[in-house]
Amino acid sequence: MGLLQTIGDYVLLMIQTFRRPDKGKVFRKQLFIDFQHLGFDSIGIVAFISLFVGAIIAMQMAYNIDSPLVPLYLIGYTTKQMMILEISPTIMSLILAGKVGSSIASEIGTMRVTEQIDALKVMGINPANYLILPKITAAVIYNPILVIFSIGIGLFGGWVAVSITGITSPVDFVVGLQSWPAPFDIAYAMIKTVVFAFIIASVSGYKGYTVKGGSVEVGRASTKAVVTSSILIIVFDLLLTQMLLT
Amino acid sequence: MIEVKNISKSFDGQQVLTDISTVFEKGKTNLIIGQSGSGKTVLMKCCIGLFDVDSGKVVFEGLNFSALSERKKRETRKEMGVLFQGGALFDSYTVEENVMFPLNMFTKMSFEEKLDRVNDVLKRVNLDNANRKFPAELSGGMIKRVAIARAIAMNPKYLFCDEPNSGLDPKTAELIDALISELTQEYNMTTVINTHDMNSVLQIGQNIVFINKGRLWWEGNNKEILKTDNPELNEFVFATELTRRIKR
Repeated sequence: MGLLQTIGDYVLLMIQTFRRPDKGKVFRKQLFIDFQHLGFDSIGIVAFISLFVGAIIAMQMAYNIDSPLVPLYLIGYTTKQMMILEISPTIMSLILAGKVGSSIASEIGTMRVTEQIDALKVMGINPANYLILPKITAAVIYNPILVIFSIGIGLFGGWVAVSITGITSPVDFVVGLQSWPAPFDIAYAMIKTVVFAFIIASVSGYKGYTVKGGSVEVGRASTKAVVTSSILIIVFDLLLTQMLLT
Repeated sequence: MIEVKNISKSFDGQQVLTDISTVFEKGKTNLIIGQSGSGKTVLMKCCIGLFDVDSGKVVFEGLNFSALSERKKRETRKEMGVLFQGGALFDSYTVEENVMFPLNMFTKMSFEEKLDRVNDVLKRVNLDNANRKFPAELSGGMIKRVAIARAIAMNPKYLFCDEPNSGLDPKTAELIDALISELTQEYNMTTVINTHDMNSVLQIGQNIVFINKGRLWWEGNNKEILKTDNPELNEFVFATELTRRIKR
């Protein structure tokens, strides 16, 4: 299938998706289920990775600063900037593309090959709206919360690393965290996260919704959802950075 | 009543249905029969609007369904119940939630009213104690019965069943046939069944449409089919020694 046709099909699916839900109460129920599956269930992996990445960044910064002229509080400052600008929004989104994206694509893909989507359609329900809209909404609302959580845990990981290894004093690290506060950096991170969340949920929903065949194709769609979402996240990371930071 | 008028359908240049016209009558079990790959599933999916027809139309009680927009088709679909080949129950929902689903979506009934309706239809399909079970915990016959219960929960005017007996043992298959036949009379529905099960054909075939090579080859009922001299139909229906003995 040509790229243009794929884009066209994706846009048409999104038009079907962004319609008023058939029943608000059912939509809200589905939304809370997706908050649980796509958001709450991801807290563990996000916390684990953020804690260790924050610690590793702090240690690598300390390793690279070997000049006595460079103040040691820069370790804290650099860790903060890396977590806010790139690690939490982008790397966490890539991880969520793997976890959440494959889950969405395989769930919807399985529904497609077992005729559950056809069953929804012949009941008079808009399946794209019923299945994909709550997932996009949940991801767009919950991923920024996960990213803020990731930033906090990452900085805590950095603080733990400097406290245990003694590469600098925890006080210097905290001074670094408090230096040159830039609220726009947080806004930039949130904008990126919302865009990435939309990409993850919508692309994975599209890949699952358009599955044809059987269980093998569901597996392939799941893989394609992760790969396509990851590529788009990186591309949009570059575009948004160019638009917002330069 | 459903009128199928001159329907043709092709996929990637390959003609699957050619100029099919027939009438599915109200209060009767209308069977579409034919060999695997003959186009009967495509015909049923054209009737319920899952496939758009290349030419021709499907008319529900005077309403040209094929010409409707997707949004308007949705309104007509609320009057349809469909039993898919594999049941198509929602995996993450219990039996009760599956049957209650259309009621949740399209009615303003209270929970108690919906529960009463669910219990009524589950009882009607002889599944009184399965409310809390998930589809993965059910046998093939139970899945079909839950799917029938879900299909009739909204009192549909039209019931479509795609190979309701596939994968079932003969006894359960007979029970499912009997159930569909009884429900058709009880609800006065227009029931369309897609099958290649000869027991179904002979037992509940009040109106039979034989599709061969994508064309309408023969029409009649379960009594007429025993006397037909149509060679292709005879070859299909009386393919086994057992059915040939019945004919004799």
